[in-house]
Amino acid sequence: MSTISGAEALIKSLEHEGVEIMFGVPGGAILPAYDPILDSPIRHILARHEQGAGHMASGYAWATGRVGVVIATSGPGATNLVTPLADALMDSVPIVAITGQVATTAIGNDAFQEAYTTGITMAATKHNYLVTDASEIPDIIHEAFHIASTGRPGPVLVDIPKDILNGVLEWHEPVRSLDLPGYKPTFAPHPRRIAEAVRRMEAAERPVLYVGGGIIKAGASAELLQVAEKANIPVVTTLMGRGAIADAHPLCLGMPGMHGLYAATTAIQRSDLLIAVGVRFDDRVTGDPAFFAPEAEVIHADVDPAEIGKVREADVPIVGDARAVLAAMSAEWGERPSPGRSDWIDTIARWQREFPLSYDQRPDGMIKPQYVVEELHRITGGDAILVAGVGQHQMWASQYWKFDRPNRWLNSGGLGTMGYAVPAAVGAKAGMPDELVLAIDGDGCFHMTFQELMTAAIDRLPVKIAVLNNGVFGMVAQWQRLFYNNRLSASELGADILDYVKLAEAMNCAGFRAVAPDEVAPVIEKALAVTDRPVIMEFVVDPEEHVYPMVPAGGSNDNIILGPEAT
Amino acid sequence: MEHTLSVLVEDKSGVLARVASLLARRGFNIHSLAVGPTGEPHLSRMTIVVEAPELEQVKKQLHKLVNVVRITELEPANAVETEVMLVRIAAGAGQRTEVLELAQIFSADVVDVSGSSLLFSITGEPRKINDFLELLRPFGLVEMAKSGRIALARDAKQRRSKGV
Repeated sequence: MSTISGAEALIKSLEHEGVEIMFGVPGGAILPAYDPILDSPIRHILARHEQGAGHMASGYAWATGRVGVVIATSGPGATNLVTPLADALMDSVPIVAITGQVATTAIGNDAFQEAYTTGITMAATKHNYLVTDASEIPDIIHEAFHIASTGRPGPVLVDIPKDILNGVLEWHEPVRSLDLPGYKPTFAPHPRRIAEAVRRMEAAERPVLYVGGGIIKAGASAELLQVAEKANIPVVTTLMGRGAIADAHPLCLGMPGMHGLYAATTAIQRSDLLIAVGVRFDDRVTGDPAFFAPEAEVIHADVDPAEIGKVREADVPIVGDARAVLAAMSAEWGERPSPGRSDWIDTIARWQREFPLSYDQRPDGMIKPQYVVEELHRITGGDAILVAGVGQHQMWASQYWKFDRPNRWLNSGGLGTMGYAVPAAVGAKAGMPDELVLAIDGDGCFHMTFQELMTAAIDRLPVKIAVLNNGVFGMVAQWQRLFYNNRLSASELGADILDYVKLAEAMNCAGFRAVAPDEVAPVIEKALAVTDRPVIMEFVVDPEEHVYPMVPAGGSNDNIILGPEAT
Repeated sequence: MEHTLSVLVEDKSGVLARVASLLARRGFNIHSLAVGPTGEPHLSRMTIVVEAPELEQVKKQLHKLVNVVRITELEPANAVETEVMLVRIAAGAGQRTEVLELAQIFSADVVDVSGSSLLFSITGEPRKINDFLELLRPFGLVEMAKSGRIALARDAKQRRSKGV
């Protein structure tokens, strides 16, 4: 048996879990852990801010399907991680966060850079630990990865006091059988429930598959496609589930909800059976739940039992992993003939024809943001990992990008974290260096975290950032125009306050600017040609453009505002 | 509606904070919470009296805590529920006999006496304790302390393992 330090055991434990990259920022209490990083094959990417490091870990996890790792120091290092942790908890992203803590003898004394990290992050993590003995490190790190990546994935934080990092232990491989009597996620669905679900799916006249992030997390796209095709059921993909089925598939209706496509939202409203898999009936999907899918029976499958019945009572509750559930449904369906459902399919097709997405790009007018998204998709061929922040640009990206695969769409859905896109794109690029990683960001979001482009430049992670610069907090302005009598309060940033090209150059990135519609495609082409540095593309877009369709918050999904002429 | 939950948790630091924080942030109102050891060294039992319209969500949310091992809802009809109360009543020489008679009926113990007050200790079902308190109140309630409720199911078969 060899004796090693707690810090060495930490890094060795991370290596043991197969960690290849971690994102972080050093500081006093975590210093001991940074020394063995120099001797480790793990690549450490130095972020400019802990929030950035946290979103990088999240972007890495989304894009690779692996656990993202972030490391920070005590006090402000840890509190700066609260936002990405809360974000990852809402969107079920597997992250392990390591934080330094002041020495055990100083805890509770208001020591320099002391914060009650496990207390502060209790409601922002799936679970957290305070390590009190160096010999616990291998097992706790192993448990942390297990908890982060199984069941409903989520962030786990391990807080390690400096004296524990400096302490010694006899290295041991983590115990194989974890001692977690209170943690036993259910994977396999109950066969009787599956049989009941399939019976209803066969009998339904107007069924809709309502699927979300759970499909992506479970890697259940192939199984989803089988069920949808065998049972001939249209599919709506929530914001978190975009790409679960290809948008080009005839059964895919796209995104439902507040800014969803008319046909997707209305198909749910008129359905007689909702087959909800890996979704949580979020208020951005349901509007007022009392008016949501009023005629539908509900089959609700989720790996997290607490989601079932939380918002909407389920007629057939199924606890299980989305992939296992859909595989079981497909097997149960067996060789039954595919129902025609021609009335239902035709009705939906009519809605799609009558109420498509629309915008009006005039050749001599200002650039419309939707046009930029469509041009980005056209010129890249859609072959990119797409990242968005939060707000209007996020909705346009989700609406106008044609997703063809899972794990290629990263955004902050649940928490709605502005500033998510730049660091998440950097993390995704670190994990998938051969992919084109493209962020569509708003100017408001971009201003919050653009310093991580320095990280990208230094670590040679050539991401492309398309900033839809409308000079406003677009979604805030949209609501103020529609619901606050057009009184813009603190939502105007100014479109010309920042020279994005100079900013790019100052950070060793490339920068291009488009102000007219005919400049959009050339800027995208120039940006794609740059492969050695990150690129900022600034598109000065129409500040008056609103996101439609729109269901006002808390309203019924039967009342969809289709466009400006309807308001 | 009030529900009594018996929750077995791992005896780890912070577990009480996790449970209390979870109930608070999900909007469930805790009436009382009592925690203590069980026959198993690594497990503690929390008896939680919680106000919630629908208990299923409370149970499911609690189950998401990694340190929560088992949750049992205790129906009053099938459970033994006990509380402890210390109550000081202003009872001068003229009222003592009457107050002491009440105490005798309720099997409460006199644990401290002064010239102007009596301190009682009483153990028992929540309803009995409440009745005692209400009968004493007109004499002048000086101060009181009440424990959280503890409870166990009556049917031993509901217990899965011995000694818990």
